[in-house]
Amino acid sequence: MIKNISNLGDAALYCDFGDEVNKSINSQVIKYFKTIKEKKFEGINNLTPSYNKLIISYDLKKTNFKEVKKFIENINIDDSEKTNSKKLEIPVCCHENFSMDIKRLVEILKLSREKILENFLNKEYFCYMTGFIAGMPFLGDLDENMRAQRLETPRVKVPKGSVALTEQFANIYTFESPGGWNILGNTPLDVFDSSKEDKPNLINPGDTVIFKEITLDQYKNYNE
Amino acid sequence: MSNNYFEIIRPGINTTFQDKGRDHLYHIGIPFSGAMDNRNYLIANKLVNNKLDSAVIEFAYQGPHLKYSGERINFAVTGDVIFLIKKKDTEIEGNCYQSYQIENGDEINIVSTNKSVYGYLSLGGELDLKFQWNSCSINTKANIGSNDGKKLDVGQRINLKKINLNKDIKKTNYINTKIENIRVIKGTNFDYFSEEGKKIFYEKEFIVSKLSDRMGMRLEGPKIENIVNTNIKSEGLIKGVIQVPADGNPIIMLSDHGTVGGYPKIGVVASADYDRLVQMAPGSKIKFKEINLSDAETLFKLYEMETQNFLSQI
Repeated sequence: MIKNISNLGDAALYCDFGDEVNKSINSQVIKYFKTIKEKKFEGINNLTPSYNKLIISYDLKKTNFKEVKKFIENINIDDSEKTNSKKLEIPVCCHENFSMDIKRLVEILKLSREKILENFLNKEYFCYMTGFIAGMPFLGDLDENMRAQRLETPRVKVPKGSVALTEQFANIYTFESPGGWNILGNTPLDVFDSSKEDKPNLINPGDTVIFKEITLDQYKNYNE
Repeated sequence: MSNNYFEIIRPGINTTFQDKGRDHLYHIGIPFSGAMDNRNYLIANKLVNNKLDSAVIEFAYQGPHLKYSGERINFAVTGDVIFLIKKKDTEIEGNCYQSYQIENGDEINIVSTNKSVYGYLSLGGELDLKFQWNSCSINTKANIGSNDGKKLDVGQRINLKKINLNKDIKKTNYINTKIENIRVIKGTNFDYFSEEGKKIFYEKEFIVSKLSDRMGMRLEGPKIENIVNTNIKSEGLIKGVIQVPADGNPIIMLSDHGTVGGYPKIGVVASADYDRLVQMAPGSKIKFKEINLSDAETLFKLYEMETQNFLSQI
């Protein structure tokens, strides 16, 4: 449930579901997100669900904080609602060409390369949210012994397709972008496709993702 | 192929097609984009009698140099911009906020913006552009929108689908006012900062850094000290949010911003001041003033009325 609603500037509502990051809180956020989206309240122009917050932005020419807050406070969330979440397998190549931060991870986690891959691959991760750059999924949770901080100095350019870790999360860089996550591998799969306007994202909040290792040859031949 | 087109002799520094932008896409990581300075965008369209949500050419600092081929067409430039119009053997300096008529072989040379960042070039008619999610706005970070999501380049053509010629010249006396203070509403992590840090935020001057673009405006100045946590769990952002990363230098989210972020939010720029904020060039001094939500709503209403008033006079 929403614990507190406040304003983020003069054109957005900040709905706080708590401070913890877990599936149950995030599922609540996603339920609110889906319900509000369907209601098409006049003036609401964007919804941003994240781990435990939901930002609702609106057109100040059409509505205001008071009206949107009242609407959200009186909304009925159907708890029985089934989600149409998918389970997806993502191929990832962890060849040294791609795993740019493996040495750093071996040092920080005090695990061998093989152990790191074993801990990471073939496990189910939950998609909490997508964003930052178009289509980037935020997946979790990594095993306790797999948690590393961001790079002290972020890279100016992280290659497209990079699969990277930070704290209890994994993500996929859908575009070349600046970024500070620890890069473990790369997927040849297009995780975001802007030509598919109705569903450009391969992975959506609520989905389950499993990373499957592929060899460098399989990677090179993947899109042929 | 279109018979009416502009050839790009020089593209300028960051020249893109922009319109009102796209909404309902934050949840998949796509920001609004759209014209940075909304008021100047609307006025540009009104001056050539276009629908107000038509696509225009937005440029930053140095604009494009274009050569026209085709039947007579109107154009107008808005912002604080120096530009030249070349007709046969004469070259004249153009005035912003006035429509002009050009014909086959004429050239428009947008030399630069003057102590500001963005300017707009509107063309009377309809540009031939690809729409993605109901907008042709170019987002160069995600390669979304018209022109394959890339900024305009030399040698390219800008094609017109339709021309609506007005014989009368339209003109308005608009002056881009500068404001002394950018008004802000307290951010959701305001209490993450030390008393000294909060005081610095509202009392000291910051300088707009060169590392500013359509995604964000970085500021330099006295450091704002965080006493709670320099990272938060990533959450949604909107344009105008002022984040302060560990280094203590504020970053303001602009129209192409990342949709989520993990730095504490000290404040949010009032919607009424956004158009003027984006026009502050690197090196400009910026000072923040705190206002509350209801003042911000009133200021926006006034700003919006003023915009409608300017438009109705054209």
